[in-house]
Formats: sequence, structure tokens, C-alpha cells
Amino acid sequence: MKSITLAVNGTERKLDVEPRTLLVHALRDELRLTGTNIGCDSSSCGACTVLVDGQSAKACTMFAVQAEGTSITTIEGISGAEGAGLHPMQQAFHEHHALQCGYCTPGMVMAAISLVEEYPELDDRGVRHGLEGNLCRCTGYQNIVNAVLACAGAKEEQS
Amino acid sequence: MIPASFDYQVAESPEHAVALLTEHGDEAKLLAGGHSLIPMMRFRLATPAVLIDVGRLQDLRYINATNGSIAIGALTRHSELEHSKLLAQSVPLLASVAALVGDPAVRHRGTIGGTLAHSDPASDLPAALLALGATIVARGPHGDREIAITDFFTGYFESALADDEMIVEVRVPVSTGGWDYQKFNRRAQDWAIVGVAVAQGGSGVSLVNMGSTPLRASATEQALASGASVAEAATLAAEGLQPPGDLNADAEFRSHLARVLTERALVAAGASST
Repeated sequence: MKSITLAVNGTERKLDVEPRTLLVHALRDELRLTGTNIGCDSSSCGACTVLVDGQSAKACTMFAVQAEGTSITTIEGISGAEGAGLHPMQQAFHEHHALQCGYCTPGMVMAAISLVEEYPELDDRGVRHGLEGNLCRCTGYQNIVNAVLACAGAKEEQS
Repeated sequence: MIPASFDYQVAESPEHAVALLTEHGDEAKLLAGGHSLIPMMRFRLATPAVLIDVGRLQDLRYINATNGSIAIGALTRHSELEHSKLLAQSVPLLASVAALVGDPAVRHRGTIGGTLAHSDPASDLPAALLALGATIVARGPHGDREIAITDFFTGYFESALADDEMIVEVRVPVSTGGWDYQKFNRRAQDWAIVGVAVAQGGSGVSLVNMGSTPLRASATEQALASGASVAEAATLAAEGLQPPGDLNADAEFRSHLARVLTERALVAAGASST
């Protein structure tokens, strides 16, 4: 076992993990942060996307030991203090009906938060390219793209 | 699947990593971004007894201009290549190809040294670096040696790196002549079924997923050098190659793609060099 210290949603956490423990399993099974979902389990679908030092990463493709000393943000950590309301990206997903079953949504929201930080001038194409690592099997993506563009403050293109 | 158990060691320096590699031999693997290795470990296609984490070697994350070349630290991540202003000016092909690797989350973790060491013939960056004529600096127990990229890829997922060596730097000549990258795939985020990288208006042409290693399209390069038209040169793109067949494409279709994509890339590279 290895002892690691990392910040999760702003709180320092110490964990004893096997080196082979994946970050997503440490978050879900050790820290009981089950908002981060497991989908394909092979770095394709993005359901397990979290922020590592502010940048999107797939928690199924990182060992927890690699996260030693980093700051991790999960879907549970984005709305701020209790009662602070939804994160603007969550609010945009809500307003644009950007989910159906909701399974991909935590990863989609985390990827989208990272995307708008990384690419300040996003357009429709940029959002689609930027979210290609996050699969949604319900929505056909249109409302997700609308939500991300709305949150990014970009003009939605009229088709 | 959960990977098989392994012993985890954190390298404090490149020299420490080399010492650990020397100690553990082929039982050990270096872990950089992990975006090729961890999926392989999850499928139990790789079961290293020891993982040496070099991902914390911040000193190997840089992109610097030096004497007509750009020196890139081995731990530089794809997203850093993608957003580098220096690279966009000096080697735009590389910055542009980096932006097409995987998806943003993959690019935040994957490293240039890792992707070279993995030597996947279907990867974008190794082929781009091949077209650009990069040099790889490997550190071993007896110091550094430079490996021309044309000598680096030795087989399917195999490279000229010895078991006790690690890549510390990649040097890329400044390359602002006409360039293009054509990546053909059918699914978002997928590897190229075939890809073609063109550097310096056609003096470097390389192919993704057309054999067991990234390959130079030598017949096309020679034809262009002897004055052939772009259309003529492109018909030679698959000359002498034995591309793989898989569920995505058989060998004949891959050869067709190589010819078509080479022509498109050469046309685009010519257009952008004027």
C-alpha cells in the first residue's frame, strides 16, 4: 500500500491505496464520491472525467498514486459551498435540457468546464471537437453543445 | 479490468529513473502520462512488475528554441505542444497534429516522450516527427545519445531504446515550409485509419498506420525531388508497403487512402507554402 495526500474538492485527504488503484476507484470507493461515473472503463467515454489541477482528465486512466499532491475537482465540488446553487455550467445544462438519462452528465460537465477555460473562443465546431472524448448515447449532443456555448458566452449559430 | 499488481517507484530525476531501469531491467516500465500504458495494463496486455513514475519530472517539461531547432522536454504534454506559440511559429505541423491527438483530457496527460517510446504505428505525433526529421535524445547509464528518428522505430510497438534508457528530449528542426496533416478516421477521438503528414512542402512525407512502424513515403518523396507532379508523386505513396488489414480497412483500402490523402496533403502543403 502507498500513502498519498491530495486535495479533493478543496479538502486535503490522505489515503492508503494499492499502486494499481485507479483514481476513479479511489474517488468512488474510498472517498464515496460516487458522482464520478464509470462508463467504458477504457478511456473512451469520458463518464469519469474530473479536473486534475484544473484540467480535465479521465479518472479511469490515472492511478491514484499519480494524483499525489494534486488538486482534484469532481462534480460534487463545483457548486461551491452548501446552498450556493448550481455551477454556471450545470445551470446551462439544466436550462438547455442537455441531458436525458444523465449518466454521462457529470463527466460531460467537468469536460465542458475545462474546455471553456482552455479554449476562450469556442464555436459550435470547437465544442464538438472538444467534447469528442465524452460520449452521450441519449441526446444527440445538440443540447449539450447549446449549453456549453451558452455558458461560454459564445453566440449560438442559427442553422 | 483492474491492472495486475506492480511495485510503484517515483523517479526523482532522469538519472534516478535510469538507475531504477538498470536495476529492474525489462521487468520495469516508465510511467509518464500513462495514456498508452495504463489502458494496456488494464487489458493485461502489459503486466510490468515495476512502474517507475517519471511524470513528476517537471524539469523535462519545456519547449525551447536552440540553434535552428526546437528542443522539447520528454514530459511535455500534448496540450502544451498544441498551445505553444513558439511551436505554432516554428513547427506549425507539430502544434497542429498535437491538437488532433485523442481528446482534450488525453492531451492534458499524454506526453511526447511517452508517445515516442510507445511507438504505435497508428499514433499521430510519431509520424509527424518522422516527417519533420526529429532527433531523439535518450539517457542511459553511460550518458546521453542522439537517435535520428529514421532509426528509432524498429517494429510494431518497438523502438531503438534500450531497456535502461529513457527519452529526455526531442529536437525538431524549425520547419515553416508548406505542411499539412490528413487524418482519416470514422469515429470521433479514434486513431487514424490512415494519416499522412507533409513537412517542408513535400521533402518530408510520412504515413500513419501503413505498416508496423510510422513510415516515410520514400517513393513519393523521391518522385517529388526529381520533379514529378504532386498527382504523380501521390500515386506512389503506398509503393512497396504492406499495410495491415483490420476491421476498419483492408490493405487495399489503406493503400488507396494513403494515395488520396497524400495528394490532399501535398496540395494543401503547396498552397500554404506560397
